Amino acid sequence: MSTINSDEVARLAALARIDLAPDEITRLAGELDVIVQAVATVSEVAGDDVPATSHPIPLTNVLRDDVVGRTLPVDEVLAQAPAAEEGMFLVPQILGEEQ
Amino acid sequence: MSDLTRVTAAELATRLAAGEVSSVEVTQAHLDRIGAVDGAVHAFLHTNTDEALAAAVAVDTARAAGEDLPALAGVPIAVKDVVVTKGQVTTAGSKILEGWVPPYDATLVERLRAAGMPILGKTNMDEFAMGSSTEHSAYGPTRNPWDLGRIPGGSGGGSAAAVAAFEAPLAIGTDTGGSIRQPAAVTGTVGVKPTYGSVSRYGLIALASSLDQAGPCTRTVLDSALLHDVIGGHDPRDSTSLSERAPSYTEAARAGATGDLTGLKVGVVTELGGEGYQPGVRASFEASLELLTNAGAEIVEVSCPSFTAALAAYYLILPSEASSNLAKFDGMRFGLRVEPTEGPVTAERVMAATRGAGFGDEVKRRIILGTYALSAGYYDAYYGSAQKVRTLIQRDFDAAFAQADVLVSPTAPTTAFKFGDKVDDPMAMYLNDVATIPANLAGVPGLSLPSGLSDDGLPVGFQILAPARADERLYRVGAALESLLLAQWGAPLLSRAPELEVNA
Repeated sequence: MSTINSDEVARLAALARIDLAPDEITRLAGELDVIVQAVATVSEVAGDDVPATSHPIPLTNVLRDDVVGRTLPVDEVLAQAPAAEEGMFLVPQILGEEQ
Repeated sequence: MSDLTRVTAAELATRLAAGEVSSVEVTQAHLDRIGAVDGAVHAFLHTNTDEALAAAVAVDTARAAGEDLPALAGVPIAVKDVVVTKGQVTTAGSKILEGWVPPYDATLVERLRAAGMPILGKTNMDEFAMGSSTEHSAYGPTRNPWDLGRIPGGSGGGSAAAVAAFEAPLAIGTDTGGSIRQPAAVTGTVGVKPTYGSVSRYGLIALASSLDQAGPCTRTVLDSALLHDVIGGHDPRDSTSLSERAPSYTEAARAGATGDLTGLKVGVVTELGGEGYQPGVRASFEASLELLTNAGAEIVEVSCPSFTAALAAYYLILPSEASSNLAKFDGMRFGLRVEPTEGPVTAERVMAATRGAGFGDEVKRRIILGTYALSAGYYDAYYGSAQKVRTLIQRDFDAAFAQADVLVSPTAPTTAFKFGDKVDDPMAMYLNDVATIPANLAGVPGLSLPSGLSDDGLPVGFQILAPARADERLYRVGAALESLLLAQWGAPLLSRAPELEVNA
């Protein structure tokens, strides 16, 4: 199994969209390395013939009737948004400068 | 001090129904108790004084008008802050949701309101329910009423401590790997994780969707059963909600309280004991086994060999699901928004700055672990393997329940530890849940009740597990053991907890 170093933590944090300070990256690399070593044992437990379980109780997909249901009032939802304008969420520019 | 805070929810319900007390009196007594002791305990993040009293007035008015009311009408309750409450701040213990007021109620909260139960406030927890001590709450830890220098368990330490400190007769918890049962164990209270799907997850701020389940935190088994009967049942808004009608858990608890267990087969799980479990915890557990034997139960030893891999599987499945569930905290639609201090202010960079500032250490740790486990090249080795272990654990449960009606173990390997003991060692913290995690991975129900004090004078929890959809066995066996223990003690275990200093 691979180990987790600071470069890997920085790469994962970027994928997870979490800004980390340099000291956080160093500390997390040490901690995650210990955790990953401990959990890596799972790959040795089950053979190829064991099916995966994604859900504790077997389920079939549930569909409801295609009718208009209750929705939340727009003002109440937008009242909790960091920024809103004209009945819509106001968000920063979606594309970067280079795009 | 008013004795209204010391009686059980069942007793309160009886007195309310008889007109001996009003819901306003009961609710005010608990609000006063919160005012008197919560400065020290810190079980609550927010209290809803006005709203709770208004709900109490409504129940009292309805009762005075002769209306037919639900069993727990007028009995107040505390709700874990991971469950959304319309018009009341809900933070899940995180800075990223500081001050957030949900525009809707969770289904279980709708059911509490419909049952006429005033909501006293929202209880403290590890941030997004990640932890076993409440030390990961962004708003400071909850302290254990038995010893204010020790942890109350987690993640639902606030709900357990609120009940243990007589600040609420009932509370709601959520249990993803033990967050109801382990706090119950270390605070000398009762906690139930129902069968997955028994209680709707609609309106729970999801941690790991295939593991999360809400349930009761109380001081007696009967009170848990009463509360489970209120919050349980099918909900079309949760596609994983069980559709079949559940039996009355209250009846199961009342039947169990006779203490007769003739013919019951109790399986002791070999892998959930022994090494790593404190001697005082083991002694308390074994004394309870003897009581069960005396009451007519047959004890058999069962082996669940895959349980030794449960912790590892859990710490891959949980972070994987959490990293996905918590992606919605992006600073766009609700909660905190932080703009980067330099460079272009794009959505992507705002999201990263918001999450960097808004999430605490444990949340960052688990999101990054989950991102790792799900990333290309590692997926099969980690997440795929963990899901196979889940199958093996389910098979172990199936085999064990073919030999026994219920399985039992200590709920947690140790009694409450001191603040700071494990906060810098994530793996040591994770080991607290070693006995509770298998139930979540398999979806089976579990109950923890106090079995006595360890040699350090702190409470020990006794865990009972039943097959999926057989929650009534928990209540029957739990109520039986509780009545046998009570007969031995003469008074509830909590009466031996030190009296908290009361602020006037």
